[in-house]
Amino acid sequence: MKKQFFLSTLGFAAIFALTSCNQGNNPSNTTSSNSGSSSSGTVTVVDAEKIVAEGQFEEAKLTAPPNVPPPIGNRKAKKLIVRMETIEKVGELADGTDYTFWTFDGTVPGSFIRARVGDDIEFHLKNNANSTVAHNIDLHAVNGPGGGAAASNAAPGKEAVFSFKALNPGLYVYHCATAPVPEHIANGMYGLILIEPEGGLPPVDKEFYIMQGDFYTKGKNGAKGLQQFDIEKGIAEHPDYIVFNGSTRSLLGNNALQVKTGEKVRIYFGVGGPNITSSFHIIGEIFDKVYVEGGSTINEHVQTTLVPAGGSAIVEFTPTVPGDLVIVDHSLFRAFHKGTIGKIKVTGPENPNVFKAHK
Amino acid sequence: MRSLVTVILSVLLLSCNKVTDTLIPQSGNWVDTVYPIVSEKKMQLIDAGSYKTFFGKDSGSFVQVKSFYLDETPVTNKEYLSFLKKNPQWTRSQVLRLLADTGYLHNWQGDYEMPANAAPDAPVTNISWYAARAYAKSVGKRLPTIDEWEFVGAADQVSKNASDKPEFVDYIVKSLLKRMMYLKPVKQEAANFYGIYDMYGMVWEWTEDFSAVMITGDSRDDKNANEGLFCAGSAATTQDLKNYAAFARFAMRGSVRANYCINNLGFRCAKNIVE
Repeated sequence: MKKQFFLSTLGFAAIFALTSCNQGNNPSNTTSSNSGSSSSGTVTVVDAEKIVAEGQFEEAKLTAPPNVPPPIGNRKAKKLIVRMETIEKVGELADGTDYTFWTFDGTVPGSFIRARVGDDIEFHLKNNANSTVAHNIDLHAVNGPGGGAAASNAAPGKEAVFSFKALNPGLYVYHCATAPVPEHIANGMYGLILIEPEGGLPPVDKEFYIMQGDFYTKGKNGAKGLQQFDIEKGIAEHPDYIVFNGSTRSLLGNNALQVKTGEKVRIYFGVGGPNITSSFHIIGEIFDKVYVEGGSTINEHVQTTLVPAGGSAIVEFTPTVPGDLVIVDHSLFRAFHKGTIGKIKVTGPENPNVFKAHK
Repeated sequence: MRSLVTVILSVLLLSCNKVTDTLIPQSGNWVDTVYPIVSEKKMQLIDAGSYKTFFGKDSGSFVQVKSFYLDETPVTNKEYLSFLKKNPQWTRSQVLRLLADTGYLHNWQGDYEMPANAAPDAPVTNISWYAARAYAKSVGKRLPTIDEWEFVGAADQVSKNASDKPEFVDYIVKSLLKRMMYLKPVKQEAANFYGIYDMYGMVWEWTEDFSAVMITGDSRDDKNANEGLFCAGSAATTQDLKNYAAFARFAMRGSVRANYCINNLGFRCAKNIVE
């Protein structure tokens, strides 16, 4: 019943799209292929379990934000070794404000992991010898107890190993789940793992990796120097900072993302939290496609997509005119006062056909 | 892990009828006897009392703690060196790997040369549970239990039980963010109510029954011994949800094994009161 409703909704959407569309980029194809994906296009989870990962174990290539490893393309399922290290380090949270971050691989968010359905993944989590506390990892892409949390618990200087088979395609959050979990997440211990479907996601020109997180500091927003984590503010869910990629300046100035007009852009977006959801929006652009909640359902022509804490979304768009696009959480006090702001610099020839300012 | 506990228990049972503390059955030419040393370490009397347990299936209940003596500070590099001189079987080059992993005293410059970057009066770290127990034996003491440690750890400078004071919890949480403190001499801060120093902010400390954390997890699911310490599981098995510092201590205890040697893990000794 639900599915029927879903398919008929898609049908309407397709008809609507066909009748209303006057752009060259005809979305009916994507719509129909999408409806296929929920019935016959992709393998089911049960089938995925039967996929045999061939060959020897290979080291997975991971990337620091805002970069993303190369697409899986048409490759067969394989055996991957993923190595990550939990590192506690002082870094910049805002201009003149430092924070003792707890991280995966030294960045907030941690390294981006990219694999495909059917891959056998041997996960090595090393806790840096200079860590003060134990750490572990709960990957939402794992079917198994705690997403690997208990199996990966590592004392300072130790390494824990566990294996899992990637069964469900999608974009998943991972995070530290050592008690007290909210503090580990509030200190920056989260990241994204992408499990691509067989055959891979459709190719695009540029891919980026952004995560939003909320931070709770002893001093108010703007207080200078090294700031400590504030439990009371965390419990009250009153963050002083809500930022993209661990810093108010991670996507501004020289760190702004760079794209050209006409390039198809895909952003893998996640919310680490621990508390605050995101009304993810790009000022001056419409998402042509949103993989809702990082799963297989594709919505089209979306202005703002709601991303839960511990959840994700994949958004795609193609800038048509040059200028700055502004990435925000559209709960706008956050963008103006707490840090959820970033920029995409779009370069290319003016396109008055699409946009023109009248003097 | 549980099998490790079984091994330890059976080893202790095997050895309890000998005069010296035998940690393992005779193995090669390794000397398993602990030779006594003289220690002038100051201890404080801890009066009997009770405290509210934090974690595990008894969480929230009051546990009685008998009177005992506790070392004023963690055992220091200098003190451990005097132990090594009498007990060369515990030097870095002689120790059995079964009893101490490759991290054992790795920061020392040699078997009898203390770390270059740490003070002689800094807490000795990179010590396994077995090594800590052997040291305690050599000075006629033992390791404190989790209950004893937590009981003393609840005191701030002016009261026996400060666990309900938000500023005390905050102080401990802050101490977790201080790094490399194990390189500094003990007594960095004022003593607590009992005259005990450095319960927080320097090193984690071994306890006699640390491994109990592994088997008193969620009683509904004993297969996943440690599950109670992860994710929301911890919220279901503890009473004192705001005590973030205690969460971190129990998570740490749950992450170690008896042969682990870690940069910021040391110990102090306790002693029974002889009637």
